Amino acid sequence: MAIEILMPALSPTMTEGKIARWLKKEGDAVSNGDVLAEIETDKATMEVEAIEDGIFGRILVPEGTEGVAVNTPIAIVVEEGEAVPDAAAPSPASAPAVASAPVVTASVPAPAATTQQATHRGSRIVASPLARRIALAKGIDLSSIKGTGPHGRIVKRDVDAAGTRPATVAQQPRTQATAPQPTGASRTVPHTTMRKVIARRLSESKATIPHFYVSMDVELDALMALRSQLNALSSDEGQDAFKLSVNDMLIKAAALALKQVPEVNASFTEDAMILHEDADISVAVSLDDGLITPIVRAAERKSLKQISQEAKSLVSRARAGKLKPEEFQGGTFSISNMGMFGVKEFAAIVNPPQAAILAIAAGKRQPVVSGDDIRIATVMTVTLSVDHRAVDGAMAAKWLSAFRSIVQAPLALVL
Amino acid sequence: MSQTDFDVIVIGGGPGGYVAALRAAQLKLSVAVVEARHLGGICLNWGCIPTKALLRASEINHLLHDLPAYGFKAEGVSFDFKKIVGRSRAVSKQLSAGVAHLLKKARVPVFDGYGKLDGALANGRRKVLVTRDGAPATTLSARHVILATGARARRLPGLEPDGKFVWSYKEALVPEDMPKRLVVIGSGAIGTEFASFYRNMGADVTLVEVAERILPVEDEEISQLARKAFEKQGIRVLTGATLGPLRKTETEVNIPVTYNGKTDTLVADRVISAVGIVGNVENIGLEGTKIQVDRTHVVTDALCRTGEPGVYAIGDVAGAPWLAHKASHEAVMCVEAIAGRTVHPIDPTKVPGCTYCRPQIASVGYTEAKAKEAGYTVRVGRFPLLANGKALAMGEPDGLVKTVFDAQTGELLGAHMIGAEVTEMIQGYVIARTGELTEAELAETIFPHPTISESMHEAVLAAYDGALHF
Repeated sequence: MAIEILMPALSPTMTEGKIARWLKKEGDAVSNGDVLAEIETDKATMEVEAIEDGIFGRILVPEGTEGVAVNTPIAIVVEEGEAVPDAAAPSPASAPAVASAPVVTASVPAPAATTQQATHRGSRIVASPLARRIALAKGIDLSSIKGTGPHGRIVKRDVDAAGTRPATVAQQPRTQATAPQPTGASRTVPHTTMRKVIARRLSESKATIPHFYVSMDVELDALMALRSQLNALSSDEGQDAFKLSVNDMLIKAAALALKQVPEVNASFTEDAMILHEDADISVAVSLDDGLITPIVRAAERKSLKQISQEAKSLVSRARAGKLKPEEFQGGTFSISNMGMFGVKEFAAIVNPPQAAILAIAAGKRQPVVSGDDIRIATVMTVTLSVDHRAVDGAMAAKWLSAFRSIVQAPLALVL
Repeated sequence: MSQTDFDVIVIGGGPGGYVAALRAAQLKLSVAVVEARHLGGICLNWGCIPTKALLRASEINHLLHDLPAYGFKAEGVSFDFKKIVGRSRAVSKQLSAGVAHLLKKARVPVFDGYGKLDGALANGRRKVLVTRDGAPATTLSARHVILATGARARRLPGLEPDGKFVWSYKEALVPEDMPKRLVVIGSGAIGTEFASFYRNMGADVTLVEVAERILPVEDEEISQLARKAFEKQGIRVLTGATLGPLRKTETEVNIPVTYNGKTDTLVADRVISAVGIVGNVENIGLEGTKIQVDRTHVVTDALCRTGEPGVYAIGDVAGAPWLAHKASHEAVMCVEAIAGRTVHPIDPTKVPGCTYCRPQIASVGYTEAKAKEAGYTVRVGRFPLLANGKALAMGEPDGLVKTVFDAQTGELLGAHMIGAEVTEMIQGYVIARTGELTEAELAETIFPHPTISESMHEAVLAAYDGALHF
């Protein structure tokens, strides 16, 4: 019985993906669990596994093809000895592929149905009939919408909210094409899926979220001293070894500040403010072709050592493109640290639906006036970018003060 | 020493408060209820439930006087008014005991007395002072306090209950004997239900409303049909009416009334004042807090939070619609939010309203006029119960089902019903509205035959010019 492998939806927001690499050749034997292909999605590279034993019959979508819609047949797996159908069955539900298969396949047809089910799972869009109808009328792609109804169901208010967003994002490329071009030579680099997602999400953020920015200078000396003391406690190697970075400590400091000023750990929605219990910190990690924000969950409850080990693992897997969707989707607050590049100060763009993102610049030794004396301290400038719909200026300032107090008197980090 | 510190304290044990406590216990929060009078609140003791018991009696009385229509003959039909009232009280008592049992089963302690916020937030907790018989009895503390103190009848100057001639709903529920001539002031759900009860028990009833139509929040067409039905039953209905000062004699009340430019004097043995309700916001410790009160109701956000962190208000004290099911729903939402769950704020256009007069009235969502006001282009469907087989078989042919759809999207904006059993049926439309079904799913739904609910299907089809039986 020929089985179609469909383009899987590897995350709730995924509508299309790129076939990065086929790992099996036509004619190879495959067994349940074998990796067939690597799919490049909006933020990560994922593997597609075989769910049945059989022969890898035909590749329908060649390696490197971009923009393959979810649920498109991409390959065919057949049973041993079975003829390989030329192309995908026109309708996956009716499975007419059986007709071209030899009579040998008198086996139970049920597994095929369950396989279909399995490949479809994750791609089903849960939306109310009314939401579907409004989306259709307005030409809104439901898969681009996050549902706020029961169990994430897309309801009318979600579609209405999506409908009111300016459509300029989609139109931009076209206006760009007709814009005057520089006369010198240039080359066109096709967007990666990640680049498209970055473009869409950040345009959306800047266009719909009223941003404001609050900066503060924070002295780092106490935190760095604590860091050296703590790192001296680590065993040299083995499982217990750790090496705390300043960033690990700032993650924890931000989480503790969010517990002190919980109004910032929020998401704005049309109907209500959602206040989050846990401080799930999204940490911006730069990659060769973009960036991704893996999440240290409930950072306020974790020890520095835990945070450090977790962050290390997340960063290395992010760079390898191996993060699972739940590892980079759904944080409550973001941190972007460009200290290692010697940046003096910068402001980041809010990562929706979060209410704020903290931009951390480089720590620099500089004179500081305290009382009537001048002393030397390591100072970094941090800038909080805030969704004004969710958090007001005074609250943002209060949060920054809390953050500074924790960093400058960092013993709270080890409590 | 019993426990005095809790995650959640609920002040008030009505359909908001006790439900909040039960849900909190389910979610493993430690919780206590402070209740001064009866568990079950107004709803169980002085509202929804005892009135339904009385209305059942008046419905039976109506049937007994309509027996020939069904081929029966009976003579000397009579009733014992004390027993009818007694049955109503017994039903309330049974349910109140049931609430006590539920709370006990959930291990929720109930503190007997008036609860009051006591002082500011300290160390993440706030104090609740319980007063019994005017003296402080216990001090409790909790991280979260839910105000569910409910509401009471509004007293208009000159119309205060006097224990003799003028009744609020409370006195009207436990009368010593049947009034012969009754004037009901106010034609909302409460006034209309009492008018219906006393009329069906045989009293001469005049229903007085200041607005231009009775049941002013309902769809206009439904109001008109209700008026017609009441007048057919012999209720005198005066709308656009203003009252002069009551003149009480030894045995009766004279009420000067002006309506439609005419002046008249109503003569009555009893007057029921049903002119709205006010929230119970006094003596619960709101003074000096950031909790705001607007026209006797605690101001809250969509998630029932007040201006004071950790203090919430649900149900009648938090404002309209003053409905037990709205209070219970807010209770669950509020507690789930406290427990960190994702919750959905209440959409008032998805809260059904029911009035249990004869004929019954039930509705949800936008009236036709409100939908147009909100800018919708509407499609309206109507189906009269006269064309419904089951209604005819039951001998209840008076009534109408009306649907209001958004012509552009097929959203069911509202539904309005008057007739037999409509209060039991409205939930079908509420599910449709909550689940965001369009006319297409409703049209495809198979309604059982023969039921009055088929008229709900037909009213949907009618909005799209497809009604089959009318």
